[in-house]
Amino acid sequence: MSWTLVLLLAAGAYLCKLTGFVLVGGRRLPPVVERCLALVPAALIMALVANDTFSRGQDLVLDARAVGVGVAAVAAWRRAPIIVVLVLGAAVTAVVRRVAGGA
Amino acid sequence: MSLLVFTGASQFSAVAVVADGGSTGAALGSAMLLAARNGVYGLAMSRVIGGSLPARLVAAHLVLDETTAMATAQDARRTQRAAFWITGAAIFGFWNVATLLGALAGDAIDPQTLGLDAAFPAGFVAMVAPQLRHRIGLAAGVLGALICLALIPFTPVGVPILCSSAAVLLGVPSRQQATAELPGTAGVP
Repeated sequence: MSWTLVLLLAAGAYLCKLTGFVLVGGRRLPPVVERCLALVPAALIMALVANDTFSRGQDLVLDARAVGVGVAAVAAWRRAPIIVVLVLGAAVTAVVRRVAGGA
Repeated sequence: MSLLVFTGASQFSAVAVVADGGSTGAALGSAMLLAARNGVYGLAMSRVIGGSLPARLVAAHLVLDETTAMATAQDARRTQRAAFWITGAAIFGFWNVATLLGALAGDAIDPQTLGLDAAFPAGFVAMVAPQLRHRIGLAAGVLGALICLALIPFTPVGVPILCSSAAVLLGVPSRQQATAELPGTAGVP
């Protein structure tokens, strides 16, 4: 892991993060853009959840995580506190993984 | 690396590529694909943060999955801003301390045995839940997840999540009323 790589990555990652801020700044946007931006968290975070639950690299997999995250989703829907949802998801996954043997 | 880059998924991917014998270019490329989604988060968060230029320059470093999710889970603009900053500060602290601990403790624990790999998606489900209680938010979330799953086998890691931002186009034809009800849009006329 070279320092060149770390520094390039740091600069690149910060530029990515900054772009959105600079583009919009404090300006008021057209209503249609506001409507779309309001949906960003729902769309991207759910994609992130799907990605972290059902993939290993570029492979789609169905394993213990699906059960754990499923249980967590039910708990979240029933308005359990975030920490409960988080621990539940991890614990159920660990148990299923143990019982199923590896997977 | 954690202090400077501060984008978990990108860090993991760069380390993984280098560990597999990949080139610096390959490591950088894959990591940047993962970092690119923060640009989209930045677009959404810029509505929340506002403030002076220095404040926004610092805020930009804290734009992440977690801070975006926590901020959008709040109803009012003021608590959103607080959620963003508190989450950002907390994660910045813990992420870097934990990175150091992990580097020192090394192989002592296996994250998979504890199910920790499922803790991330579980936590994010909890954070995004308020958005999904509204029909338009649910539609965007489901569509985003489907786009991501459909692309995973065919595109490099990082691209599927980026492409799922297309789901926000559901906002184009919707009535103002529909998105105005979403948490995180309170105060937006």
